[in-house]
Amino acid sequence: MEKDQDKIIKDVTTGEYKYGFYSDIETEKIPKGLSEDVVRLISKKKNEPEWLLEFRLKSYRQWLTMKMPAWANLKIPVINYQDIIFYAAPKQKPSIESLDDIDPELKRTFDKLGIPLEEQKHLSGVAVDAVMDSVSVKTTFKETLAELGIIFCSFSEAVKEYPDLVKRYMGTVVPYTDNFFASLNSAVFSDGSFCYIPKGVRCPMELSTYFRINSANTGQFERTLLVADEEAYVSYLEGCTAPMRDENQLHAAIVEIIAEKNAEVKYSTVQNWYPGDKEGKGGIFNFVTKRGLCRGENSKISWTQIETGSAITWKYPSCILRGDNSTGEFYSVAVTNNHQQADTGTKMTHIGKNTKSTIVSKGISAGFGQNSYRGLVKVLRNASNARNFSQCDSLLLGDKCGAHTFPYIEVDNQTSVVEHEATTSKIGEDQIFYCNQRGISTEDAIALIVNGYAREVINKLPMEFAVEAQKLLQISLEGSVG
Amino acid sequence: MLSIKNLKAGIDGKTILKGISLEVKAGEIHAIMGPNGSGKSTLAAVLAGREFVEVTEGTVTYFGKNLLEMSPEDRSKEGIFLGFQYPIEIPGVSMVNFMKAAVNEHRKHKGLDPLSASDFLRLMREKKELVEIDSKLANRSVNEGFSGGEKKKNEIFQMAMLEPKLSILDETDSGLDIDALRIVANGVNKLKRPDNSAIVITHYQRLLDYIVPDVVHVLYDGRIVKTAGKELAFELEEKGYDWIKKEVENQN
Repeated sequence: MEKDQDKIIKDVTTGEYKYGFYSDIETEKIPKGLSEDVVRLISKKKNEPEWLLEFRLKSYRQWLTMKMPAWANLKIPVINYQDIIFYAAPKQKPSIESLDDIDPELKRTFDKLGIPLEEQKHLSGVAVDAVMDSVSVKTTFKETLAELGIIFCSFSEAVKEYPDLVKRYMGTVVPYTDNFFASLNSAVFSDGSFCYIPKGVRCPMELSTYFRINSANTGQFERTLLVADEEAYVSYLEGCTAPMRDENQLHAAIVEIIAEKNAEVKYSTVQNWYPGDKEGKGGIFNFVTKRGLCRGENSKISWTQIETGSAITWKYPSCILRGDNSTGEFYSVAVTNNHQQADTGTKMTHIGKNTKSTIVSKGISAGFGQNSYRGLVKVLRNASNARNFSQCDSLLLGDKCGAHTFPYIEVDNQTSVVEHEATTSKIGEDQIFYCNQRGISTEDAIALIVNGYAREVINKLPMEFAVEAQKLLQISLEGSVG
Repeated sequence: MLSIKNLKAGIDGKTILKGISLEVKAGEIHAIMGPNGSGKSTLAAVLAGREFVEVTEGTVTYFGKNLLEMSPEDRSKEGIFLGFQYPIEIPGVSMVNFMKAAVNEHRKHKGLDPLSASDFLRLMREKKELVEIDSKLANRSVNEGFSGGEKKKNEIFQMAMLEPKLSILDETDSGLDIDALRIVANGVNKLKRPDNSAIVITHYQRLLDYIVPDVVHVLYDGRIVKTAGKELAFELEEKGYDWIKKEVENQN
């Protein structure tokens, strides 16, 4: 019996990564390594204004004084920053007027990923910014959005076209001094998405950024800045994949969100970076700083993440609840299979009065995966009547994986209420047999149980992506049952 | 339909079934009675394909096929249904999704297309009425937070949904009050057809007041020691199992 169980676990943990292909696209790369000159070179390549170069340089100097954080429950190999290419861009004409100017191989790549760049082919109601390696390749539905005053473009374009907005908001939520990876990103970030929803506008479609690492030995460092002005609403989704490679690749991104008075931002992530092979070789190191600022009263920021990829994930999408009555939410499903490691969670900082936060974290561990939830709920002295509810659940498949929970609670206001619930469960043999006896195969039974377990979070995703997320969960656990 | 010959099986090296032979024909209801520990549930487990029971000798033929070589899910799809003595809770999985997956697997096996959502819900409604089950149960997670009686009724509901050829009800009556017992028994009776059969495993005779068996077997110490008509059940109710035990010991 035990033998069979081992076999089943082995089967489930051997699902193949579907996005591991590499596209042969002519790419411009700079030499390996990081120095002040490299920072200057990146800035020059992008024809950046002086103020941005200054920002990069001061970030770089800051980074030099910092050490990689060691507090996470992760085993991270030494990263040689002189062995990474910090800028790689698909070669193309200086400006793309129409789709015909895009390298067909590039178009094929995104088609293969299910992200067609042609607007008419696209999922109705989703605008996409496609980013390959260091640059944004194409943003769809730009014109439609512009009619409403919505700005949705690559970060580089925003620097050129809307420098005042970028200057006003960039670095206000995640300062360049924030942490090791944030400083690194601030020095070398290449592209990303920029989005501004003007006062009183409800964005009529889902906005989405699709990140693709293609080149070898490169790091991806993108920056996303999302601003919802007063009374505005936007729902935003990011997805990511990378080719299968034996060496690890670094991804260190920054996402900043600002929600003004009565504004609401929903930010959803379906993270499917290459997780490495079954022996734990290769895979993306995903070290990301994501933070939202509920600046105005009654504002709301909601993070939803489905994390199935990456060899190592280090990421804590957080909310600073500064406006009175503002709300922060974090819904997460993190899967670690084979030798994947994840240390992920959130920080909810209550500053304003009557602020509310909800945390729902669902970890799923299989194979030799190690899954840690790390969360901080902090209530400052003036945050009267602040409320937090946290729920951290762990699901284990098999007996070689691990689940860990590190909740931190700091409360300086006596009128606040903070609740924390946690559960750990295992998919039992009895449950599987019960399904088998009704005609459901072991594989399907696991998918059913895992999806049931993650349903609360998946339901928070926009409809089109909820289905994708379900499939993705199934694929990443394919072959892994106990 | 089912032919068991000299079946010997055990758990962790301990022999529990010591040579069982049993023939079940289409349209028959067999009751298997016996004191605790006689091997009733082990027999049900072997028929459903639980891995922890090891078959050491004998054969089980089901519609001419070697049942022991079939996976549990294939046995289900071929029409074997086990009503669990202790139905399992599956938090987070709604009864609707669970039954939809099961019904569609059965349909696929028969070469039929999956049911549309509306057809499926209609089928659920129909069967719920048939077995008198509270419709709220269908929206909850599988058996989660169900009372003992609700769990057993839910087993009968699933049986109705899957329309098995051979139902094995493992102590479905245990822990039921008289109303729940009546509902469960009525469900079984309504689902009765000339071409399907049932093996009703029970400790007490009272279920057999509602489900009238064609044959009653007494299982004791891993063997069928007595087989007779339904009157045997009444005799057991009256006299208990001791006289059977004595009879067996005298034979030895």
